[in-house]
Amino acid sequence: MTTVADIRDRGGPAQPLLTVDGLIKHFPIKKGLGGKKAVVRAVDGVDFEILKGETLGIVGESGCGKSTTAKLIMGLIAHDSGNLLFDGETIGSRALPMRQFRAQTQMVFQDSYSSLNPRMTVEASIAFGPQVHGIPTRQAIERARSLLARVGLEPTRFAARYPHELSGGQRQRVNIARALALEPRLVVLDEAVSALDKSVEAQVLNLLLDLKQDFNLTYLFISHDLNVVRFICDRVAVMYLGQVVEIGPADTVLASPSHPYTAALLSSMPSLDPDNRTQVAPLAGDPPNPIDPPSGCRFHPRCTLAEPVCSAKVPPLDTVVDLHRVACLARQPGSGHSAANALVAA
Amino acid sequence: MTVPVPSAPLSPASPTGPAVAIRNLSVTFGGRVRAVDGVDLVLERGQAVALIGESGSGKSVTLRAIMRLNPENKTKIEGTITVAGQDVMSMSKKELTRLRGRAVAMIFQEPLLALDPVYTVGRQITEAIRRHEGLGEGEARARALELFERVRIPSPQRRLDAYPHEMSGGMRQRAMIALALACRPKVLLADEPTTALDATVQIQILLLLRELQAELGLSTIFVTHDLGAAVEVADRIAVMYAGRIVEAGTARQVVLSPNHPYTIGLLSSRADGALVKGSRLETIPGSPPDLANRKPGCPFAPRCFLAVDKCHREVPPALEVAPGHAVACWRSDDAAAAFRERLAAPAAA
Repeated sequence: MTTVADIRDRGGPAQPLLTVDGLIKHFPIKKGLGGKKAVVRAVDGVDFEILKGETLGIVGESGCGKSTTAKLIMGLIAHDSGNLLFDGETIGSRALPMRQFRAQTQMVFQDSYSSLNPRMTVEASIAFGPQVHGIPTRQAIERARSLLARVGLEPTRFAARYPHELSGGQRQRVNIARALALEPRLVVLDEAVSALDKSVEAQVLNLLLDLKQDFNLTYLFISHDLNVVRFICDRVAVMYLGQVVEIGPADTVLASPSHPYTAALLSSMPSLDPDNRTQVAPLAGDPPNPIDPPSGCRFHPRCTLAEPVCSAKVPPLDTVVDLHRVACLARQPGSGHSAANALVAA
Repeated sequence: MTVPVPSAPLSPASPTGPAVAIRNLSVTFGGRVRAVDGVDLVLERGQAVALIGESGSGKSVTLRAIMRLNPENKTKIEGTITVAGQDVMSMSKKELTRLRGRAVAMIFQEPLLALDPVYTVGRQITEAIRRHEGLGEGEARARALELFERVRIPSPQRRLDAYPHEMSGGMRQRAMIALALACRPKVLLADEPTTALDATVQIQILLLLRELQAELGLSTIFVTHDLGAAVEVADRIAVMYAGRIVEAGTARQVVLSPNHPYTIGLLSSRADGALVKGSRLETIPGSPPDLANRKPGCPFAPRCFLAVDKCHREVPPALEVAPGHAVACWRSDDAAAAFRERLAAPAAA
């Protein structure tokens, strides 16, 4: 049932499937009794590209803006400023109307239950999207059944079931089938395996790998689990308080991180070695509030490398090597940070 | 091994012997769902045991049974549970009230749900201290402050007057730990205490729990689905599947030389280190059994890579494979050998 992807391809393999440029979203809130206006800087100047056929991971802690970024890309909420290009065309422009973009981009959410309509059978849920986009009912149902089979759910047993009659893992398989029903090119997976038990998570990750190959997909994979990201992603972007602080090949970023925050995230993972348990927590305290982010580098109050310059100067996202970029003054020659001066000397 | 003494005072009872002893515990909900099916668990004094398992494995139900927190009218509990030699099963409502919070305290996954939103955190702690120990407001407040310092809440004096919603997730979890420790319990039960926290906060709380356990000589049962978290805090690990403990031993024994196919499956399905990019993950096929419709034999047999006829007919008893290391599997030797082979294979290095 694949693949018209080649017909829809505009710019060829070298053109990124999705370009995110200067994306900003601030949510207004009222603060205190006086009703003083404030904003949550959920996404505050994010740039990245997703190449055709790759899996880009976004990692970060709660409040870092990773899910907001996903919703902005999907057009589920409107961005304040910035550009979103899909295969070279601005999303929502005359060349790529929202409806056409939506048929090519689908999303899978964390909560498998609340993202399905409880009053529709899984077959009807999967067939709904194609029907809306003009596929005749019979054909849409047929497609739903073949997708159910493809995600490992026997259609004769599962097609007529309701979401509450399925386990969490089975429901997430239905959500994945539904996301594929419109033959999308980009699938956004927002913590799609996080709520699953470990043994089920492994099954679903394997399924995602297979589907990516078979349907020629590109994934944006949002997760807080670095192990899973290392397993499934080609490149990874690390977000902190609404900004990307490091981006690069997953193997490089997660093996030899350049940003102190990435390093702290990695060493916060519990040890699996009883003889070598973690002795000191790499970071103290909770992530700060995105309402009033620290000046300069937003990580500086929790950073072991912080120097006065870090609270004064916003670090740009600069290249380390090739595709690996990091926003840290200690890694940028000439930034005024003492560690950076040492870099030049070496 | 212990004689039930229902009406004796709680604190001085049996100075030796285990902190918690559970014998042949079964918990049935609504007469049909047998969530816990014959669990034996001994928690020695000053020890930390992690109960690990996936959702529906019965780990939280077991934990709640120790304080008899499962809804009375829908739950049938069988077996014996003793806390410091006291028989919990035969306790009256009044005795249970004295047990909860004083001898045994519990911390939960979601502090925002466990704490009362309309009282300050300090008030909730002093209330517990005054209720259980009859101290005056000033003394109780002083102890609450001391507890806040102990769990390292910054500016503790001010934080005592904060409402739960005014605190961050990590701080709320620290406050709940302070509340749990308010009446100097001997036994601390923790139900997924770090699951809802961010990674950098989770490790802080795990280390805090480990430190408090050692300093205060607490006996702790720690329920989690995360092997890593279990290894960080626990001396011993018990792996649960379908309401039974299938393997129990020291953290080293369970993680480094597992003897049960389910434990092995859990260890090898983890998406870490072990993998070559683009390779597939090892998975445990199928899904956990329907607890309302238990089949004969080992509950893991339908998903097990080693299952033989016998596994589908007879439930394997828990047998010691090494001192302190018990496994409920007919083929534990073959399982252990299979794990060693996997370790030796280059793909799993």
